[in-house]
Amino acid sequence: MELLLVAVIGLLYAAGVYLILRRSMVKLLLGIMLLGNATNILIFLLGNITKGKPPVMDANHNIFQDIYADPIPQALILTAIVISFALTAFAIVLLKRVYALVDTDDLDNLTTPEEEDI
Amino acid sequence: MIDNHILAPVFIHLFTAIVQLIAWRKTVTQRFLGVGGTFIGLLIAIRLFTKVYEEGTLHLNASNWESPFGIVFVADMLSATMVLLTSIAGFAVAIFSSTGISRQRMLYGYFPIFHFLLMGLNGAFLTGDIFNLYVWFEVVIISSFVLMTLGGRKTQLEGAVKYMAMNILASTFFLTGIGILYGITGSLNMADLALKIKLIENQSLVGITSIFFLIGFGIKSAVFPLYYWLPSSYHTPPSAVAATFGGLLTKVGIYAILRVFSLIFIPDEFTKNLFMVMAVLTILTGSFGALIKSNIRRMFSYLIVCHIGFMLGGIAMFTKLALMGTIFYLIHDILVKTNMFLIAGVIRQLRGTLNMPKLGGLYHHYPMISLLIALVLFSLVGIPPLSGFWPKIYLFQSAFFDRQFFFVGALIVGSLATLYVIANMWSEVFWKKTPQDVEVDDKFKDLAPFKKILLILPILILCSVTLYVGLNAENIIQVVDRITNELLDTSSYLQTVLGDKAFRP
Repeated sequence: MELLLVAVIGLLYAAGVYLILRRSMVKLLLGIMLLGNATNILIFLLGNITKGKPPVMDANHNIFQDIYADPIPQALILTAIVISFALTAFAIVLLKRVYALVDTDDLDNLTTPEEEDI
Repeated sequence: MIDNHILAPVFIHLFTAIVQLIAWRKTVTQRFLGVGGTFIGLLIAIRLFTKVYEEGTLHLNASNWESPFGIVFVADMLSATMVLLTSIAGFAVAIFSSTGISRQRMLYGYFPIFHFLLMGLNGAFLTGDIFNLYVWFEVVIISSFVLMTLGGRKTQLEGAVKYMAMNILASTFFLTGIGILYGITGSLNMADLALKIKLIENQSLVGITSIFFLIGFGIKSAVFPLYYWLPSSYHTPPSAVAATFGGLLTKVGIYAILRVFSLIFIPDEFTKNLFMVMAVLTILTGSFGALIKSNIRRMFSYLIVCHIGFMLGGIAMFTKLALMGTIFYLIHDILVKTNMFLIAGVIRQLRGTLNMPKLGGLYHHYPMISLLIALVLFSLVGIPPLSGFWPKIYLFQSAFFDRQFFFVGALIVGSLATLYVIANMWSEVFWKKTPQDVEVDDKFKDLAPFKKILLILPILILCSVTLYVGLNAENIIQVVDRITNELLDTSSYLQTVLGDKAFRP
């Protein structure tokens, strides 16, 4: 199980980096999402994936005697997922607006010279 | 010492933002609430600062979960100082925004988002938990995305794409670092991490983890080679927004580097050299970029990058003198950079453009405003005895003691480049006659006197604080000295957060 997750993480990071290096805005977005998911799985992996070992203590003991599934990484992932959900939602709307204004998907064409402000 | 008032700087902005959301589309109410909320925030920050100054580091365990198990908020001198500076800058920007931001943007919720941004900044400065720091960073960047795109002009959205992509990437790096750090230590509390990280046998893994943090914070604070998003996005939003970003957002990155690399990862020879190379190249590329820009705000964006290098170089040397230079520069930089972008906003109001060849004659038409701006420019350049001068003395001195002659050279080049671009800007914008073929679009002249005051007053406030920092440098040096001692000797921080557990084997 660990080995499979490690391979998935590596694949996701590689695919994410490849996608954000492309010129297209949609691929940039997908790359960012893949990187976020890879990070989430990485944190999940670090919380000791063990089957049937809940972090519940025996009534007779004061400390854990055995390896247990750490609940904190799962709480962290939950937070990170919610955050990345909001960021992705914003990014999709932003890229859609940019596409409507610039009429191109190519990141190299985002070079309107700036004059007006305030 | 436990003190529940630590969270007041966070809650005041949350509260103000919620009340402003209730007053949706009532822009006058929102303006009053904005200025009032930031003013109360400033009072709270002053109170927190004096309390920390008198009583030492304060902390608060969220929901009474004892650290290292729960989230902990810590206010030491560095945090309290940063909160105070954020509140000063936030107060000034809120006053400026009440006329400097168009009504359309206010209708779409400029003020609530601005307060959420300040809330995130204060939270990031006060937290003592590394994952909580990540969450506050996300609060800051999502608010800054909205502020950056608010108004929806084409250039703004184009800048926002670059800004968004790089900042999300930075957060991903930061989160990966946190994940690995939790995997090897089993803790998220920064004080607890400081103790546990020393016990890790595989120190090279710790070194790699620290690089994740460095990349994450490096993108946020815009150091070489990770800064390219900054000059291509900071000139696009309205000046009040650019002032908040330029003054505060990059400095959160520097604060995080200072905090993480003084408490958790103590810089070794390799990290120090890496920091130093990055610092020198940041200064050089930033100053060369500033030399070729003719738009005032693009030039200021490159100056931000250049001056980030000064601070990073101080961290790279990691001696007491160098850190004093860094922290003094941080104080000076927040005040002056915020002011610079507000000034750019006023120039834009006065002349309708920020393109230097099309500007001119400001000194002839507005001598008093020009003199006020001149004071700010002088302190940016570091003319003694203004505020930019003192930290540079520290940085030069420590670089000589440390025999970092490349850094000395970069400091000289960076200072000269700053002097050159500012002198060039002064002669182009203020002394030169207005070019014949340019139509002057002076919106400022027709404004009501009250609105004129609202535009000039924040510059005056920030300028007087800068003057205070420069002319009363001995008081500031006392504060800086204490911050540096706390950064170099973290035992008081650990003692406050963890209690007696800190020194149990």
